[in-house]
Amino acid sequence: MITYKPENHLSLLAKVEAFAGDRLLGREEKSHYHQFKVRGQDAKSLIQFLRDEPGLGFEMFIDLTAVDYLRYPIAQPERFAVITTLLSPTLGIRVQVKAFVAEGDPRLPSLSDLYLGANWTEREVWDLYGIEFMGHPDLKRILMPDDYEGHPLRKDYPLRGRGERGNFPVYHATTQKPQGGV
Amino acid sequence: MGVTGTTNDWATTTLETAVNWARANSLWPMPFGTACCGIEMMAAFMAKYDTARFGSEVMKFSPRQSDLLIVSGRISLKMMPVLQRIWEQMPEPKWCISMGACASSGGVFDTYTLIQGVDQFIPVDAYMPGCPPRPEAFLDALMMVQEKAKKGQAKSQEYVSADASSDPAKSVAYRTPDTHYRHGMDRSTPSREKSGG
Repeated sequence: MITYKPENHLSLLAKVEAFAGDRLLGREEKSHYHQFKVRGQDAKSLIQFLRDEPGLGFEMFIDLTAVDYLRYPIAQPERFAVITTLLSPTLGIRVQVKAFVAEGDPRLPSLSDLYLGANWTEREVWDLYGIEFMGHPDLKRILMPDDYEGHPLRKDYPLRGRGERGNFPVYHATTQKPQGGV
Repeated sequence: MGVTGTTNDWATTTLETAVNWARANSLWPMPFGTACCGIEMMAAFMAKYDTARFGSEVMKFSPRQSDLLIVSGRISLKMMPVLQRIWEQMPEPKWCISMGACASSGGVFDTYTLIQGVDQFIPVDAYMPGCPPRPEAFLDALMMVQEKAKKGQAKSQEYVSADASSDPAKSVAYRTPDTHYRHGMDRSTPSREKSGG
């Protein structure tokens, strides 16, 4: 049973702010977690700090997902954000690291060497958003077919696709006459 | 047929009729349940609705031992080659039921990834509306397939008619996702090099 201890939160925030300093773009307190906003190149060092710093121990990888802020009403630093959720079993705290990624160069260091669970979630983000994770051991599509083109969860991707549904080749069944019959 | 216990324990028929009668009353289903329709299909097979009354209780998860494909649920772009491969493995004669709105037309999922009706790819004998359909609708579709089987009809047989073999334009044309299937097996090309933004 993890109990709520305010001093854990205060020490976490103090340590993160001392480590990140100016690299921290912003911080938000949500209902049950803290969110740290950084630029893409600073995300991995912050996550490694959260995992390895004595007394923090964010050893549990919860999730990795992404957001496309295209045409979002509130201005954001960059178009894409990759969100990593971590849990510290020792502190009983969840944190999110929100890493902003530029539209022109959607690349980010891979977390798969820190957390094995990041392997497939990074493939999913690559598949649906087209954000490349540098250093990933096997970055290929995981949900869409291997020869699919484009990244369908981007906001500028048409909902009904670009004709993938109907672009299968047509064959006339007479050329493949079945044996036997009713 | 089936007359026993009387003094006249014989009947005359043609061989074709007898075979069709036997096929219609022993349809072996190959269930392909990918969504909530699959749950209703299972309910239809259970004791309350009981497709055993129609001689159709032997659920074969092997396509080579079945002659009725039940597509119940959403079929995505990536699943369609698998479904068609299963259909091709089933021996003739064979029938197909498209169960529910999603399998028949894509349903509410008018999106980039969902097949808008499996009848573009495999011949469908009976369509079932509903989201999901009730087991009674399933029994209705099953009886429709039985009626077709008794008459010796199957959608999959239409394209071997004399018209179609002489004129391909009159044949029933189906799309094939085979190229996608083969490509999916090819792991040698890293997909990220081909993908645009």
